[in-house]
Amino acid sequence: MAAGARPARAGADGRRVRTRRRRPWRPWRVESAEDGAARTLPSLGRLSRGLPFGRAYGRLGNSPSGRLILPAPLSQESGDPQRTALLLRKAWTLYSVTPLYRFCRGRLRDYARLLGAFIAAERQKGLAVEVGVELDIKVALSSLPELQGSEQDQPAVLVQLSSRSRASPKNSEDKILWSGCFCCVYGDDLSENMPEDFTCLPLFLANGAESYMSVVGNWFQKTFDCIFRRLAISPFSLTWMVAMWTGCKVDKATSAVELVFSVPRLPQPLDISYAIHPEDAKALWDTIQKTPGEITQEEVDVFMDCLYSHFHRHFKIHLSATKLVKVSTAIASAHCDGIVKMLHSQYLSGVLMLLTELAISQIQ
Amino acid sequence: TEKMNQIRSSRTPKRPLEVDHKSQTDLSAWRKRGRTDPEKSSQNHQPPGGQKNDINQKNDVGGKNDSQEVSLEKALSYFEKVQGRVSLRNNSALQKHLAAVESIALQHGLPPESFEILLNVVLSGKFADTVNTRLLKSLIPASVIPENSVVTAVSWLCTNKSSGSIQLLFLRWLITVFDFIDHKEQVNALYGFFFFFLQDEKLCPYVCHVLYLLTRKENVKPFRVRRLLDLQAKMGMQPHLQALLSLYKLFCPELVTITLPTKTKTYFKNSEGPWKAAMNAVRQRNQGSTPLTQAVFLGTAQPQSRKRKWNTQLVLPASSARNSEVGTEKYCDLFSTDETFPVEQLQTFPQLLQNIHRLEFPSQMGSVLTNPLLLHYMNCVRDESIYLRLYYWMGQMLQEECTWCVVDNTNETEFKSFLETIYKAECFLQEGFPACEEFLYKSLPLWDGSCCRPEILKLVSWIPLSSSPEIKSYLYGPLAQLFFTSSLYFKCSVLESLKELLENWLNCNVIDMDPEFHSLNTTLSGLVTVVADLIHFVGRLSTVGLRLEKNSTLLLIFVLDFYETVCDMYLKYNLPLLILPPAGVFYPALLSMDSVTLNQLCYIMYRYRTNLVAAKENEESKKKILQFKFSNETYREYNQYITAMVGCLWTSTVFQKDTHPQGLRMDEELLNKTLVKDFKTSFNIVYHPAMLGYSVNFLKQICPEDTTLNFKLIKGKRWDWYLEYLYAQGLEGLKVFIESSINRVSQAS
Repeated sequence: MAAGARPARAGADGRRVRTRRRRPWRPWRVESAEDGAARTLPSLGRLSRGLPFGRAYGRLGNSPSGRLILPAPLSQESGDPQRTALLLRKAWTLYSVTPLYRFCRGRLRDYARLLGAFIAAERQKGLAVEVGVELDIKVALSSLPELQGSEQDQPAVLVQLSSRSRASPKNSEDKILWSGCFCCVYGDDLSENMPEDFTCLPLFLANGAESYMSVVGNWFQKTFDCIFRRLAISPFSLTWMVAMWTGCKVDKATSAVELVFSVPRLPQPLDISYAIHPEDAKALWDTIQKTPGEITQEEVDVFMDCLYSHFHRHFKIHLSATKLVKVSTAIASAHCDGIVKMLHSQYLSGVLMLLTELAISQIQ
Repeated sequence: TEKMNQIRSSRTPKRPLEVDHKSQTDLSAWRKRGRTDPEKSSQNHQPPGGQKNDINQKNDVGGKNDSQEVSLEKALSYFEKVQGRVSLRNNSALQKHLAAVESIALQHGLPPESFEILLNVVLSGKFADTVNTRLLKSLIPASVIPENSVVTAVSWLCTNKSSGSIQLLFLRWLITVFDFIDHKEQVNALYGFFFFFLQDEKLCPYVCHVLYLLTRKENVKPFRVRRLLDLQAKMGMQPHLQALLSLYKLFCPELVTITLPTKTKTYFKNSEGPWKAAMNAVRQRNQGSTPLTQAVFLGTAQPQSRKRKWNTQLVLPASSARNSEVGTEKYCDLFSTDETFPVEQLQTFPQLLQNIHRLEFPSQMGSVLTNPLLLHYMNCVRDESIYLRLYYWMGQMLQEECTWCVVDNTNETEFKSFLETIYKAECFLQEGFPACEEFLYKSLPLWDGSCCRPEILKLVSWIPLSSSPEIKSYLYGPLAQLFFTSSLYFKCSVLESLKELLENWLNCNVIDMDPEFHSLNTTLSGLVTVVADLIHFVGRLSTVGLRLEKNSTLLLIFVLDFYETVCDMYLKYNLPLLILPPAGVFYPALLSMDSVTLNQLCYIMYRYRTNLVAAKENEESKKKILQFKFSNETYREYNQYITAMVGCLWTSTVFQKDTHPQGLRMDEELLNKTLVKDFKTSFNIVYHPAMLGYSVNFLKQICPEDTTLNFKLIKGKRWDWYLEYLYAQGLEGLKVFIESSINRVSQAS
């Protein structure tokens, strides 16, 4: 970041004095080369700094070696769980968004009006559009304070496009065409020291047609000088997710823990699906995971190695030589292309916290 | 040809010969300004028919001779003067001038002055339709289209002198270039005329489109609504009529009471015609050369390739101001002036100076990169947020578009030009962008060393001086790996870019030596450490590189270029640091077969001496604020090198006196074994392999009759002559070295 800009001034001899702007040094880590995964992904997921999780939580007293506090169950004390329920059981495409410049929460209605006009204008290129009139597509922007981790987090912002039903305008509900959600759950790493003109909502979830995403994204990019980028999830991050989510307590054990691998460099694509009974997976994880509330990289590696060696014993296939493309658990499922489906309301914020962290590492 | 002569002779009395020259210079002046002066063009506005050489009446501003401009000028004056019906066939003058207009229009677009002339010709029906069509198709604006030229054209349109197809093509042209017309008041005043043309069945769809673009609320009148409804009743539900009606309804719902279908996919047929692609091409070309013209093109669609994703277009955003409706009032009143100056209108430096207090940065900071005026402005503004916006934008663009990090990115030329744009902005600001620095650290480990090489290496030279130790692993590591495994030319360009990096750091630092700045978190000793690290790094690279490339002279020159900066750091940049080249660089240079290299080494050693002497003096006088001492090690190292050099070039004692551990000192027994007779004298300015050519030539000059090449003749007075001879050959480095480092008094005695 360009923190610490200093004023330019003239030196004693009248010479122009240049200022230098510094930003705090941020160490990155280039992920190990063998995860070649990101190379085939639509966006650059290859580079990230630090360990993907846990880095931000060092201030909570963890050792700096990449430990992690297990995501706390969502604190529901504020607001309505119904509101966050709309995030559940839908496939969301992930984007990272750089901080929004001069985004003003008090003006959400105005923004909705302008965005609506923008969408109409984009749809009928070159034709006049009046701002504020009733249009085919209704745009609604609203705050979702339920989705908030730390106090520094900005409340999430929900964007919904719905079509007006012409036939019975009043009583029937508008059909939602597309929805998107800006959020930030424990994104302190980004929002710390951010000037007040900027709003940090680094994670964006989109559900619906890509064409709407492009129009909405363009409008936000133009209006708030931000940049959207697809957020891919590296196989490395997927292993973390599967380990963490396997260990989460769920009232009724429902779906299997499933890992999908794809075998690289074959003429035909070959996917291997590896399903484990959730209780077996949890039992295995519980034997590996030592300290409650903390997970280490080593534990994740051991967990995956156990699964791999078990698979090898039966099928003589080294899964470690393939690429992990998708993981599904009762908590959530995640695909390396950056598509997630969250299934459990209790762990919603935990999942979003991880995704926020991934988004931040893509931005910084 | 007789006809041609007639035309010519009819032209001559009207116009003196030098007119061509004047108009040509005027055009080039226009180009320099890159835009029209609205005042001037309105002054020049004259009623159609009476307009006489708008261009030519302007003052001679002085310009250059450019054959292209001449021919455009000639072509324009030809079209202006031409009379009667002229056919294209058998008329070489027409063919020539037509071709000139076409080629210039496609390449650069046409200047504003040319539209009136050409539209007059096209719509007056002087030529056959083939000519008119070709001219119309060439009407590609370079910047803007003056409103009065459109007004003139419409008045021609009303005379019906041109054929239907030309009228139609003109309307399509008007629709396409509508946004390029500089003002629209007078065109709007012709609303009724356009409306009249609705009755022409063929023109109707295009007239509707023009009207759609022109319509304002005050144009919506009951009689017009009635007329449109009549037309609709006659022609059926036509999408173009519906479009206009729906616009009328939008403005005056009380006048249009019929219900219109809400979902109409396309109201108007694609009327972009042959111009759109050419306009985009011209725009891109012009943008490259004169970024200032870009503001004129605002509001036109950006070229977008449909294949690519919406958020990954490497298009620098146009510098449009923030929509004031979007920014909160709090922000609008930042400067407590009534209004901000729209950034689109910022085109000249005086404008910048006059409005600097009420300028606002564009809504997307990325657009400043190609706008020198905004870069100037950026230099004056202390707002942190502008750097932060630029940081995020640039960082994301670089990562998303990097051709070797993202596998499906194949557009290397686009990425290259983006990198080049960043580099130019860095040179302009004399400062590296942090986003670019981070990008380099992230992407260099994955770089193959060939993709976008010049651009990447240029960007390396603007990495900001940072006191963090990580630069070693993020920059030096990957760079060293590439250096050792790549070609000689890559090695040379890496060294060149590191030399520029060092110079940029030093330039930045020499100013920061101002005592005030010492409160910075980077202390002086921190700076010295970072600079020293870079120099040691280059020392290692050079040593290994010279071994790998068998002491290539080319590489050696790049290495010594780097040390030419290093040796003067104390005096030139006020940095208390001197680092001598490693033996792996010094000895290959000293024993080089090439006099250029040896000369350069002599110069460098002379500068080291000057710097060290100055440091010693300052140290003794104790007057300097900066209390520091070069370590004795530096002096000792210098003395070792100087002993070797003097022994090698002057006293022929290099084998006895070179005390450097990697030096040339050898036991006499060993030297005897070589069976070289006069090994003792085999190294001095006469015998040194790099100097042998000079000494042979010198001998030939002083004793032309002696063919045995008796080098021993060069001594005493002749030794002095030989020195003079060498100096006269341009060995300035050798001269300053000998004059400073060798005590000639003792030598002469």
